[in-house]
Amino acid sequence: MTSAHTATAPPVLELRAVTKRFPGVIANDKVSLHLNAGEVLALLGENGAGKSTVISVMYGLYRPDEGETLVDGRAVTIGSPAQALKLGIGLVPQHPMLVARHSVAENLALGGGSAFFPGRSVAGRIRELSEKYGLGVDPGARVSQLSPGEKQRVEILRSLLRGVRVLILDEPTSVLTPQEVGGLFQVMNELRKDGRSLVFISHKLGEVLEITDRVTVLRKGKVTGNAPTRGATRETLAEMMVGRSVSFERKRQTPDLKAAPVRLAAHDLQALSSRGLPALRGVNLELRAGEIVGVAGVAGNGQSELVEVLAGLHDLQGGQITLDGVALGRNARTIFESGVAHIPEDRIHMGTVPSMSVAENLALRDYAKPPLSRGGVRDLGALDSHARQMVNTFDISTPGVGTASRLLSGGNIQKIILARELGDLSGQGGAKVILAVHPTYGLDIGATEQVHRTLMDAAGRGACVLLVSEDLDELLALSDSIAVMYHGELLGPYDAATATREGIGLIMAGGAASTDGTPHGAGPGDLSVQAGPDEPNHTRGLKA
Amino acid sequence: MDELLNALLRALAFGTPLLLASLGAVINERAGVVNLGVEGMMALGALAGFAVAYGDGSPGSGSIALGIVAAMAAGGLAALLHAFITITLRANQFVSGLSLTLLGLGVAGLLGKKYEGFPLFGQPNQWPFTIGAIVLALLLAFWLTSTRAGLTLRSVGENPAAADVLGLNVNLIRYGAVAFGGALAGLAGAYLSLVYRPSWTDGMTAGLGWIAVALVIFVGWNPLRAIFGSVFFGLLYYLQFRLQGKTFIPTEFFAAMPYLLVIVVLAFAGLRGQQGAAPEALGRPYTRGER
Ligand SMILES: Nc1ncnc2c1ncn2[C@@H]1O[C@H](COP(=O)(O)OP(=O)(O)OP(=O)(O)O)[C@@H](O)[C@H]1O
Ligand SMILES: [Mg+2]
Repeated sequence: MTSAHTATAPPVLELRAVTKRFPGVIANDKVSLHLNAGEVLALLGENGAGKSTVISVMYGLYRPDEGETLVDGRAVTIGSPAQALKLGIGLVPQHPMLVARHSVAENLALGGGSAFFPGRSVAGRIRELSEKYGLGVDPGARVSQLSPGEKQRVEILRSLLRGVRVLILDEPTSVLTPQEVGGLFQVMNELRKDGRSLVFISHKLGEVLEITDRVTVLRKGKVTGNAPTRGATRETLAEMMVGRSVSFERKRQTPDLKAAPVRLAAHDLQALSSRGLPALRGVNLELRAGEIVGVAGVAGNGQSELVEVLAGLHDLQGGQITLDGVALGRNARTIFESGVAHIPEDRIHMGTVPSMSVAENLALRDYAKPPLSRGGVRDLGALDSHARQMVNTFDISTPGVGTASRLLSGGNIQKIILARELGDLSGQGGAKVILAVHPTYGLDIGATEQVHRTLMDAAGRGACVLLVSEDLDELLALSDSIAVMYHGELLGPYDAATATREGIGLIMAGGAASTDGTPHGAGPGDLSVQAGPDEPNHTRGLKA
Repeated sequence: MDELLNALLRALAFGTPLLLASLGAVINERAGVVNLGVEGMMALGALAGFAVAYGDGSPGSGSIALGIVAAMAAGGLAALLHAFITITLRANQFVSGLSLTLLGLGVAGLLGKKYEGFPLFGQPNQWPFTIGAIVLALLLAFWLTSTRAGLTLRSVGENPAAADVLGLNVNLIRYGAVAFGGALAGLAGAYLSLVYRPSWTDGMTAGLGWIAVALVIFVGWNPLRAIFGSVFFGLLYYLQFRLQGKTFIPTEFFAAMPYLLVIVVLAFAGLRGQQGAAPEALGRPYTRGER
């Protein structure tokens, strides 16, 4: 793909020695990188390495303190996103910036479009582009009714409508289901064939190997590597990122659980979704001490409701839950006090208070108890030292414990939640049940490894873990058994040691399955497995 | 039959200032700014309009047309104060709006003392105002839904960050919308002091501004429905006057009617789930670059 580009033409976009400082951190330290026509460049780096900052500079959201930006070899100043769009640079933000109540066409006509009937004026172009790149976007649809993946495609269309040559995607796959990732990659391939350039950020090295042509690595704000993707492996990429070798083996030794007592048991759980439709239809669940049970499933099949019911955050219509044989109350506070830790799905809004400091966010759970409070009064010294200790053990990269948590990078916000929910495990007792929803969402490989280790250690100490994840590799690497949520029912569990990606994927899509995770009976299997053999135009074929 | 026609005519007369003021409030609320100062801006508009139209009291010394312009300017300027406090200084919109109502009523009462009790000669005809208000409602409905400017305004009220990223000036658009809202509130005031009751009396707005604010919610931020909403309230006002003194119900009850109506109507709107139609960013100042 890069061969289409002649060596003499200047790069489409180039940064030269760009530095961006924030109070207490140098987010980008003399970063130089370039992007050629018709290539997909991966930006790799650990949490807080400065990836989002680099692309914010490219898109005019931040002004660099030092350094130069060049477009087609000419020095330019990108002062605002509007200017960036004029220069042909578009961004697909991690969290879509759309007006939920308006139609797709109205959203895309904003800031452009004709003076009268602006929505109608762009609808034709939208249809045309949507067709050309296989985006499947209906210009008349209300944005509020779109899935995260569809919203992302609307954002892609916004850039295409402006005729951008450079499209930047910040962790686009983190909000997508595996089959949606496949769709996104097809779109990216089409754009590349058209001679457009893409910047792709992801922590999933498999995705990077599959879709990108070249990799630029950032570490602590500096560029530490630049290599073609061809010939790289997960191991070499990981080593470039963290500076040491990382292993991707299944580390979990399935423990012998036959003698272990049942810790968490749920019988015939019934619950309604927030829209009032049945979300759980008679879910039965048993977790033994020391066991890690994975829950797979396409988003929206009841996983969120299951976890929220167990955490006491969602009303139960019927069924019983017991912890160590005792009925569990229905109050979220008593539930967590009896030893149920919860790592929620929406890390920013449910897991942290964005405007509060790192130290306060770390204490949200235990602030009212000694040692953080004495006689009803908060002990600010203890709060501070507790926070420092957590920041160290969980390697949270932050200018200080007093910094507002919203200023941290995405991965580091996730680490705050993990530290708070799992941090006390090393002490006395700790959590008995850990409900972990996408616990490594947005985490780099080093942090992912650490979370996996923390969860396995907790299980080793006798806790049981319910791990909900859309990342099948993660489920297969960590769980003792895997159950699948499908239309409000929990299928399985299947033995994780013998289950396969394809098998689980089929069950997720509604194919019937035998107990070992191998499907029998035909299901719409191509819907579910990202690396499925019957997926049309699959990117693997293009890379080979 | 005559009775019915009469009721409708009176309802239109009562409803005109309600329609004007609520159309203004619809526009600033669709841009995301609540202005509870409508009552105060109306009072200022009523006084400014009367003062300029009255002149020194001799025929020909004042001008109705200039009075209307002055009323709109007075309302618009008062609204700009609200805009500065809430958009530039990012203060709470509800508190600022309430203060504006108190301020407007107070200032109008004070400055209006010398005009109290003098009648205005050359009272203009009501119909240009009433028909103008209805035409304006139709135009605004079209403008909001079908023009680029209307789309921009709505987007600013729904998701200002999305508009900002595209290079649209959120604060400028909000300033404009708030000023427009104030100018219409001022015009509604002028209608009261020039057309409806051609004179100036302290407290002549009599809670109409509050009704207009409530009406915005009642009609779900929709200019077309505002026409019917104002006629409906106009009808209620008419009934209130008709029944006054003719029943055993004390007059005080009728005096409190507008406020009771507001509560009833808001409860009604709440039951219908109308609240969900509110612009997403309504009442929230916009700060750029929050991560
Ligand atoms: N607006 C800001 N104010 C203060 N600090 C900031 C701001 N934006 C970024 N930072 C800091 O700059 C550093 C780099 O952040 P950035 O978001 O670029 O990391 P990242 O590589 O995208 O990480 P992740 O993979 O976790 O998303 C972090 O330490 C972060 O806390
Ligand atoms: Mg980031």
